[in-house]
Amino acid sequence: MALIELAGIERRFQLGDTTVKALAGIDLTIDAGEYVAVMGPSGSGKSTLLNLLGLLDRPDIGHYRLEGRDVTTLSADEQAKVRSTRIGFVFQSFHLVPRLTAAENIALPMMLAGIAPAERARRVATALKDFGLDQRADHKPDQLSGGQRQRVAIARATIMQPPLILADEPTGNLDRHTGEDVVNLLEALNARGVTLIIVTHDPGMGERARRRLVMEDGRLQSDSAGAPC
Amino acid sequence: MRPADILRFARDAAAGYPLRTTLSVLAMAIGVAAVVLLTALGDGARRYVVGQFSSLGTNLVIVLPGRTGTGGFNPATAITSTPRDLTIADAQALLRAPAVRRVGPLAVGTSEISAGGRLREVMVAGANRDFFAIRNFELAQGEALPDDDWQRAAPVAVIGAKVQEELFGREPALGRLVRVGDRRLRVIGILRPTGQGLGMNTDELVVVPVALAQAMFNSNTLRILVEARSREAIPAASAQVLELLKQRHRGEEDVTVITQDAVLATFDKLLGALTLAVAGIAAISLAVAGILVMNVMLVAVTQRTGEIGLLKALGAPARTIRLAFLTEAAMLSASGALVGYGLGEAGAFALRQLFPVFPAYPPDWAVIAGLLTALSTGLLFGFLPARRAARLDPVQALMKH
Repeated sequence: MALIELAGIERRFQLGDTTVKALAGIDLTIDAGEYVAVMGPSGSGKSTLLNLLGLLDRPDIGHYRLEGRDVTTLSADEQAKVRSTRIGFVFQSFHLVPRLTAAENIALPMMLAGIAPAERARRVATALKDFGLDQRADHKPDQLSGGQRQRVAIARATIMQPPLILADEPTGNLDRHTGEDVVNLLEALNARGVTLIIVTHDPGMGERARRRLVMEDGRLQSDSAGAPC
Repeated sequence: MRPADILRFARDAAAGYPLRTTLSVLAMAIGVAAVVLLTALGDGARRYVVGQFSSLGTNLVIVLPGRTGTGGFNPATAITSTPRDLTIADAQALLRAPAVRRVGPLAVGTSEISAGGRLREVMVAGANRDFFAIRNFELAQGEALPDDDWQRAAPVAVIGAKVQEELFGREPALGRLVRVGDRRLRVIGILRPTGQGLGMNTDELVVVPVALAQAMFNSNTLRILVEARSREAIPAASAQVLELLKQRHRGEEDVTVITQDAVLATFDKLLGALTLAVAGIAAISLAVAGILVMNVMLVAVTQRTGEIGLLKALGAPARTIRLAFLTEAAMLSASGALVGYGLGEAGAFALRQLFPVFPAYPPDWAVIAGLLTALSTGLLFGFLPARRAARLDPVQALMKH
């Protein structure tokens, strides 16, 4: 079943007098459970595509159907609801709230969704264990290593059990070894059925994905799906 | 988001920037403390004056000779008449007025008092027995002036506590002879010490029969204190007093009648207005504090842009973000208001300790108005930053980290 369907997506930005097309006519279908790497040079539109997929941005033209539902026409609050329950984000710079502990950061999406504290505590405890963070529950982000921070961020992204994880250069701020750990974690999630879309510069990481999209000038230049492996 | 979570989130956010939070709480606290303390001062002054007037006696009507006491200077009175004296007979005549309960004539002068080789200057009040009741004079020892004919100049005196102490020290004073001016008087009573009050300081007073005082000072004129039968009878009493004296003075209205109520009401109004004005000035500092809270919250929104972007990415609707920032602003102002209230009350308490006669209690209306103003300015000025936070574009916000 198609999880994501993009049809004729265009996103334009006004830069001074000129209009720049960050995305120009994207048609794309991604099935549930896929593992997709989005690659391409800087400014090719891959981050814009990811923001759009994460409902942080709206296309100027075109339609985006998530799980069969047209989400481009939803109100801002309805989109927030979709983000809360259906999409998990992993950022290059982790984006942890510095004053909250690891456990509190992981619980943040559940707090925003209004889940009862007892249920939150139960799920956070499980997540801390799954991600090898049980010794770090009460540490603030600045007391954690880069790899631990990204693991907290991934735990946070998955705590609402969304079917879709969007990762923007998840290993960009990590050394090779910890980056490898993080990618393994993400791939393990994918193995359990979560659809994983990673934006990356790193060709090695791109090679690991089952499907590679290469973007250039706001267009899909190549799509390994359908091409012979 | 659950209300308890919003509260905790806002509290943690405020606690995350201790210096900034402390400063804005302090600003709000100073504003509220100013309102509480200044209105305590203003209202204390009002109560002090009202209290002093009440200690003059209750339901009091004061009769002064001459027409110039109130109502300004009338050129006609200057040309036509020298005011007729108020005499002891006038005072006695006032007892006939139905609305009058007691009449106390008063003739005042200064003289020297001496006993056992010690001598000092004192204020001498010529009065009668009822005068003690009208002015609420209490006796520590002995008794008040004899209740006999007001025209009789009995050689007796009631002395104030300080006079007694300075002339006789620890020796008993009752029954001793003192010399006042050129007369020898027997001490028959000693007043209870009261401290400084409005009007006369009774501690340094010597009270003698009114006829004696008139003879001593060689004067015929009096002031007359009249006690009405009740508070409601005050207007009737003053009208009757005026009518009686007019008759006795051949139809000439040459006395001034002051009711204590009128004086009191004027002071009450005046000092009430003063308190209100002071409260208004103090409220300006509350507005300034509110603007400071807004400033702090605007800085907070800028500093936490990345965090706001994250909250949006994690599915927080605009309303939640608005509420979180508004709650934070409300917390800053509320805690500032509470701290300020505490400071103000502490200041008022310190004032009361320093000046025990001065009842520096903040009035309830000022406390409530101060706290409410603090809260509402905090919310009002918190609204703009909160709206700005809620309107941030998540993509832009996430890029700023």
